Amino acid sequence: MKEKITLNVNGQRHVAEVDPETPLLFVLNDELGLRGPRFGCGMAQCGACTVLVRGKVVRSCVLPVRTVGQDEVTTLEGLGTAEKPHPIQQAFIEEGAAQCGFCLSGVILTAKAVLDVKPDASDQEMRDALAGVLCRCFAHTRMLRAIRKYAEAKRA
Amino acid sequence: MTQSRRDFLKSCGVLIVNFSAGSLSVMSAQAPGPFGTHSSHIDPEKLESWLAVGADGVITAYTGKCDFGQGMFTAQCQLVAEELCVSVGRIKLIQCDTSVCPDQGTTSGSQSTPTNFNSENLALAAATAREALLSLAANKLGEPVEHLRLGDGVIAGKSGRRVTYEELIGNKHFNLPLKATAKRRSPEQWTVLGKPIPSLDRTALMTGQFEFIHHVRVPGMLHGRLVRPPEMGATLAHVDEQSVRNVAGLVKVVIRKDFVGVVAETQYQATLAARQLAVRWNPAPELPSQKDFFDYLQKQPGNDVLSVDSHDIDAQLAGASSVIRARYTYPYQMHGSVGASCAVADVKPESATVWSATQSVYPTRSIVAKLLNIPVDKVRVIFVRGSGCYGLNGADAVSFDAAILSQAVGKPVRLQFSRQDEMMWENLGSACVIEHRAGLARDGRIVAWHREDWAASLGNRPGYDQPGNVITGMLLGFEPERQEPRAAKPPTGKFRNRSNTVPPYFAACVEGRCEGDGTIPSERALTHTVRSPFFTGPLRSPLRIQNTFANECFMDELCARAKADPVAFRLLHMQNPRTIGVLKAAAHVASWQARSSPKGDVSLAKTVSGRGIACVAYEGDNGYAALVAEVDVDLETGTVRPTRFVVALDCGPISNPDGLRNQTEGGILQGMSRALVEEVTWDDKRITSVDWETYNSLHLDYEMPQVEMFFVTPANVPATGAGETAITITPAAIGNAIFDATGARLRHLPFTPERVKAALAESVQRADRA
Repeated sequence: MKEKITLNVNGQRHVAEVDPETPLLFVLNDELGLRGPRFGCGMAQCGACTVLVRGKVVRSCVLPVRTVGQDEVTTLEGLGTAEKPHPIQQAFIEEGAAQCGFCLSGVILTAKAVLDVKPDASDQEMRDALAGVLCRCFAHTRMLRAIRKYAEAKRA
Repeated sequence: MTQSRRDFLKSCGVLIVNFSAGSLSVMSAQAPGPFGTHSSHIDPEKLESWLAVGADGVITAYTGKCDFGQGMFTAQCQLVAEELCVSVGRIKLIQCDTSVCPDQGTTSGSQSTPTNFNSENLALAAATAREALLSLAANKLGEPVEHLRLGDGVIAGKSGRRVTYEELIGNKHFNLPLKATAKRRSPEQWTVLGKPIPSLDRTALMTGQFEFIHHVRVPGMLHGRLVRPPEMGATLAHVDEQSVRNVAGLVKVVIRKDFVGVVAETQYQATLAARQLAVRWNPAPELPSQKDFFDYLQKQPGNDVLSVDSHDIDAQLAGASSVIRARYTYPYQMHGSVGASCAVADVKPESATVWSATQSVYPTRSIVAKLLNIPVDKVRVIFVRGSGCYGLNGADAVSFDAAILSQAVGKPVRLQFSRQDEMMWENLGSACVIEHRAGLARDGRIVAWHREDWAASLGNRPGYDQPGNVITGMLLGFEPERQEPRAAKPPTGKFRNRSNTVPPYFAACVEGRCEGDGTIPSERALTHTVRSPFFTGPLRSPLRIQNTFANECFMDELCARAKADPVAFRLLHMQNPRTIGVLKAAAHVASWQARSSPKGDVSLAKTVSGRGIACVAYEGDNGYAALVAEVDVDLETGTVRPTRFVVALDCGPISNPDGLRNQTEGGILQGMSRALVEEVTWDDKRITSVDWETYNSLHLDYEMPQVEMFFVTPANVPATGAGETAITITPAAIGNAIFDATGARLRHLPFTPERVKAALAESVQRADRA
């Protein structure tokens, strides 16, 4: 049954009245009107619904909203804005690292989470982290180039 | 890229044409649409159907070709900006809304560029508008058109007087027909088109602001989920509505013949209800076994078409110095969109609005009208981009489904497919068998080539009147379009090669006219379209990739038998200068070493490497590409790893080189995924590859090879399609590279380690016997 749930998303507190078993993704999309995380498979297999919870990569399509608690949730739009994109978003903009772009939450947030913890992650380590992220337009090369560009700038 | 006003003035100054009063007559309304079987209220012959200038100077363009992530939005903005001599920022492009955009059929088949970027449609409209504006300015400024110069929305006369577009026509109709003689700006004059302008959707995409179809929200909207049958052909026996009585928020269980869905207040509730609903189905007959499926296909009655037949094939083969035969097979593959399809429908008693990611807004409008039994002109379909579709994914079906649900509850409904709804029921890329027989003369030339293929087909795009071509229609009782078995008639008329059935080495003589790209005189190409147990439909390079895989690998087999270099041997049998151009360019850029395959230095190394080439004239004349693939093959594990691709591409004048690079690279890597890992699987009842653990795709951890690109740009040719050219030749180039490395010929996709090892073992046995 519906309950009032408080969420901290992208630096703001939100109250949503939902069934606490509802996947976080549906709350972000339908109650908060966020567009970054998207329904891809609903099975945690593709990464399109990726968000960060306390800086860690989470598949929001299978995570019941009740488990999130007061932990800070960051979605793709929480990183930066069109006017002031986050440096990793800026790198993706400069490299044109997408076609349809549906998969971008998984790609950008996973890469950012890896580099936040390990700024000198090797290409192999980065690829390993992206093993569960799917891009069917196959913009892989540009995406990895953008990630490398961001990583280099971050280290410098 | 910034352009100074001075540059624009310089670049846009030349204009010669005057509008006479006589040419201002208005075309009659309700002209039949040029792309289909119906008519739209938007007359494509009228300029205002395509373009409007606002009082604020914003130029709104209306197009029936929409962007699915490959850059068509940006390129069309560039096109209009170029013809009207303004910056891209002045253009507002409305894509594929049936209430305001012309009917341009389906956005597919690499047709958007040839359709809208040459001398018709959107391009012609923009050129017509520029000439009209000059004509109006000439009147206003009292100077001849020849004295006028255009720059960034301002027209200046020699007198120094100026007038803006909005002063001339702001918020007013042009009231003009498209002018067939309006002159397009030539590629040499281009300052906006032809430039690598960053795609206009980039910032919104990367910052999570972009609106996909999945984000569309309508006031009062409910959420739907479907309960599809467990297998193809199963029919509904019973629905126990009591089984979901306790689901909070449930609005309705919707049942129409074999169609079952639920509508609830929230997505989660709809998901729960769909999962919980107890439904009994009458089972379908067993499926043909996957193991023997290609033999099964070849035994089915076919709808047969002869593309070419020189009537001398058996005699020529009998007289050949050597005859080579081979059988190629190509599996079903999936569009497999990352986002499961989604649509929103708002059906009222006498009208309907559908927000859809379909490639076909007008056909979708007709089908929705038919399924809901409301007049077609009361249905509006608005395109909103979805997850990349690569052809007919679930976008059409989900739009019909959403409309059915919305009509049943009388409220707007958003329908989200589950992953399984998407993958179990999509219109798959066809499975095919292709058999070749060819004869070589003593000098190594090909004297005769016979080619026969069996293509599995069921359904297709629904078009304007075939709802049964996709799952929704079938569940509602509509049949898929029929492919009656019939014998082939002799080929007549103009030779066409839309499906790349005929290799580019055939002379392709039909009724005495030889319009093929090649020189082989004795030729026969017979296609059997046979009934598929699963729905099929256009998947990026439909039938072209299947046919080209078989044709270009078999060409390589002939070449190996002749002990010739694969580039030189191809050139020996080709005469189309554009295919020759890309073939030579790819070989040159790749530093191709002329020699025969296989490489033959079979050492004790665990990993061997090789290179292969393939080329295509896409659809006969819609883009030309050649690709060199370099691969490593691990002889112990059978793993194939492409290490480098070099592609040469000729698609005429290029609208946006960065967009073309992005799309070509994506196409090659998608082709690589299809060549190495992608295959639909099934058991005796149903498709079993229904998610990302059971259908393989190369994820982001795969170390992608380098892709080098070279564009061949001949002068004075029209713009062709480009998006499907490189993918078409990727499996063949990889297969030929595996042969070069190992001497093993892979004749079935995907090139899994098991298949590679089996082929290696077979080629060793053959070598032992020899």
